[in-house]
Amino acid sequence: MKQRSDDSGKRTRRQVLLGLGAAGITGLAGCSSNTGEGTPTGTASDDGTTEPSEDLPEVAGETLTLTTTTSTYDTGLLDAIHPHFEEMYGVEVDAVAQGTGAALETARNGDSDVVMVHARGLEDEFLENGYGKNRRDLMFNDFVIVGPADDPAGVESMGSATEALTAIADAQAQFVSRGDNSGTHTKELNLWEAAGADPGGDWYQETGTGMGEALNIANQQGAYTLSDRGTFISQRSEIDLTILVQGPIEGGPEILANPYGVMAVNPGVHENANYDLAMAYIGWLTSPGAQEAIAEYTMNGEQLFYPEAITEEPDFQQYVPEGWSSDAE
Amino acid sequence: MESAIHLLPAVLELPFRDGYVWSTLWVSLTVSVTAVVLSALVSIPVAIVMGFANFPGKQFVKSVINTGMGFPSVVVGLVVLFAVSNQGPLGAFDLIFTKQAMIMSQFVLATPPITAITLAAITGVDRNVRDAAHVLGGRRFDVALVVLKEARYGIITAILAGFGRAVSEVGSVLIVGGNITSSAGISKTRTLTTAIQLEARQGQYETAMILGAILVVLVLTINAIVIRLGDEGSMNR
Repeated sequence: MKQRSDDSGKRTRRQVLLGLGAAGITGLAGCSSNTGEGTPTGTASDDGTTEPSEDLPEVAGETLTLTTTTSTYDTGLLDAIHPHFEEMYGVEVDAVAQGTGAALETARNGDSDVVMVHARGLEDEFLENGYGKNRRDLMFNDFVIVGPADDPAGVESMGSATEALTAIADAQAQFVSRGDNSGTHTKELNLWEAAGADPGGDWYQETGTGMGEALNIANQQGAYTLSDRGTFISQRSEIDLTILVQGPIEGGPEILANPYGVMAVNPGVHENANYDLAMAYIGWLTSPGAQEAIAEYTMNGEQLFYPEAITEEPDFQQYVPEGWSSDAE
Repeated sequence: MESAIHLLPAVLELPFRDGYVWSTLWVSLTVSVTAVVLSALVSIPVAIVMGFANFPGKQFVKSVINTGMGFPSVVVGLVVLFAVSNQGPLGAFDLIFTKQAMIMSQFVLATPPITAITLAAITGVDRNVRDAAHVLGGRRFDVALVVLKEARYGIITAILAGFGRAVSEVGSVLIVGGNITSSAGISKTRTLTTAIQLEARQGQYETAMILGAILVVLVLTINAIVIRLGDEGSMNR
C-alpha cells in the first residue's frame, strides 16, 4: 500500500510538472488551500461556488468526453465521483465505457478529450505517437485469476500467475479470454507470453465481451479467467467462481498489478479537443479530495481502487513513456 | 429461467430510481420516432415515384433498397461513425456520441424497409382500381391518391416495420451514441437496447429482462396506436 502525504514541497513539484503543459490550469491542480484534504470536493476553494479567478480558462457549461475502460464504469466508481467535479466546475462529463483499446482509438480519432485506461504499453504508444499529453498515474487495483471452486488444473496453491496459466494450458482446462483488446486482455496476453505458453485449442475461448460478461460466461462453463479485482468483487454475489491466484493487493505476484492512468488528448493534434477541461479533470482527479473519494469508494464493503496520484516520491516515469529519458532525444 | 413470481420483487425495487429507466425509455422513443418520421418523409415519396413512374435506373434503385433491407446494423453504425467522427466529412458538426448521430444511423436502417414495403403495397393495389380511377376521369394525381388510400394498410405496416427495426437495434446506436448517462443516471444516449446490453455485461440479468419487457411493451403500444390511427382513417370514408 502506498502512503499518501501532503507535504507542500512535493505539491509544488507536481505543479511545475503539470504546469509544463497546462498554462493557467496549475491553479486547479492543487495549489489552493490545502484544507480540502479529505473533503470529496477536491482542492478548489472550499466553497466551490465562488466565481473562478481571473487567470483560469472559463470551462463552465462545457462537456468533457471521457473514454474509459469497462472496469471503471461498471464498478460504479465514475458515477460516484464525477458529481463532485461536475458541481465544482459547472460542467458535464460524458463517460463512454469501451475498453482500453477502443477508448484509445476513439481518442486517437479526436472523438474524446481525455482517457482513463489501464494498459501501460498501449498508453506509452499513445504518448509516443503524440496523441496524448500529461499522463498521470491515477490509481491501481490488481488482477486475479478466478476459476471454479473444484479447480481442475490445481492452480490454487501455486501463488504464481505464470505457473497457474501453464498448469491451465497443460490440463487443457477451460479458459475464457476477453479477446477484445482491453486492458485486461492485454495483461492476459502478456501473462501467457511470460509463461511461455501459446494458448489455443478448444479449451481457450475468446468472448469479445466486457469483463462482467466474460465472468458470467466463465461461471456458466466452469472455466478459469483473468479478471480485474474490482469487477470480480462487484459481481461476486452473482457467480460461483472463486479467486485462485491473488494479486499484489492480497500479497500475490507483482505481475498481476493493475495500474490506471489518465491522459489528456493532445490539442496540437486535435484542435477540437477540450484541453482546458481535460486538464481541469486530471488536476481534480489527482487532487487529495478526489483521491480520497476513490479510496473511499467501496462495493459490498470492499475497497475497489487504491489512489496512486499522491506519493512521497512522484515517479517521473508516469509522465513519459516507460524507458524514455530526456537525453534520449 | 426464473418464474415471474421471483421477478416480482425485482420489478418493485426496479431501477426506476432517479428516472433511469424513464430517461432510457424516452431516449429510445425520441430517437426512433424521429428517425422513422424522417425516414417516412423520404421513403414514401420515393416509393410513390417508383410505383407510378418509370425512369432509367429504377431497377438499380430497387436493388439498392433490397440490399439495404438486409444491411447489418453494426455496419451502418460503423459507416455513420466514420462520417461523424472528428476525422470524417461531418467531423466539424461534433455529432459523435449524440442523439443526432443515433438518429442518422436509425434513419439509414429504417429507410429501406419502409420504402420496400410501401412500394410493394402500392404495386399490390389491384390494377382494376387504377383503371377505374382513370375511367372516371381521374388525372394522374387523383389516381395516385386513390391508390395510396387503397394501400394505406401496407404503408402503415411499412412504417411499423421501420420503427421495429429502429427501436430494437443495438449495434449501431452503441457505436455512434456511446451509451452515455449523466452521473446521476439520467440517460443522454442510452436506449433501452443498449441499457440491456450494459446490464447483461454487468451480469444484472434480471434488470436486463425487465428492460426487455419494457421495450416489448413499448413496441406493442406504438403498434397499437398506429394501427388504431389507420382504422380511424378508414372510418370516415
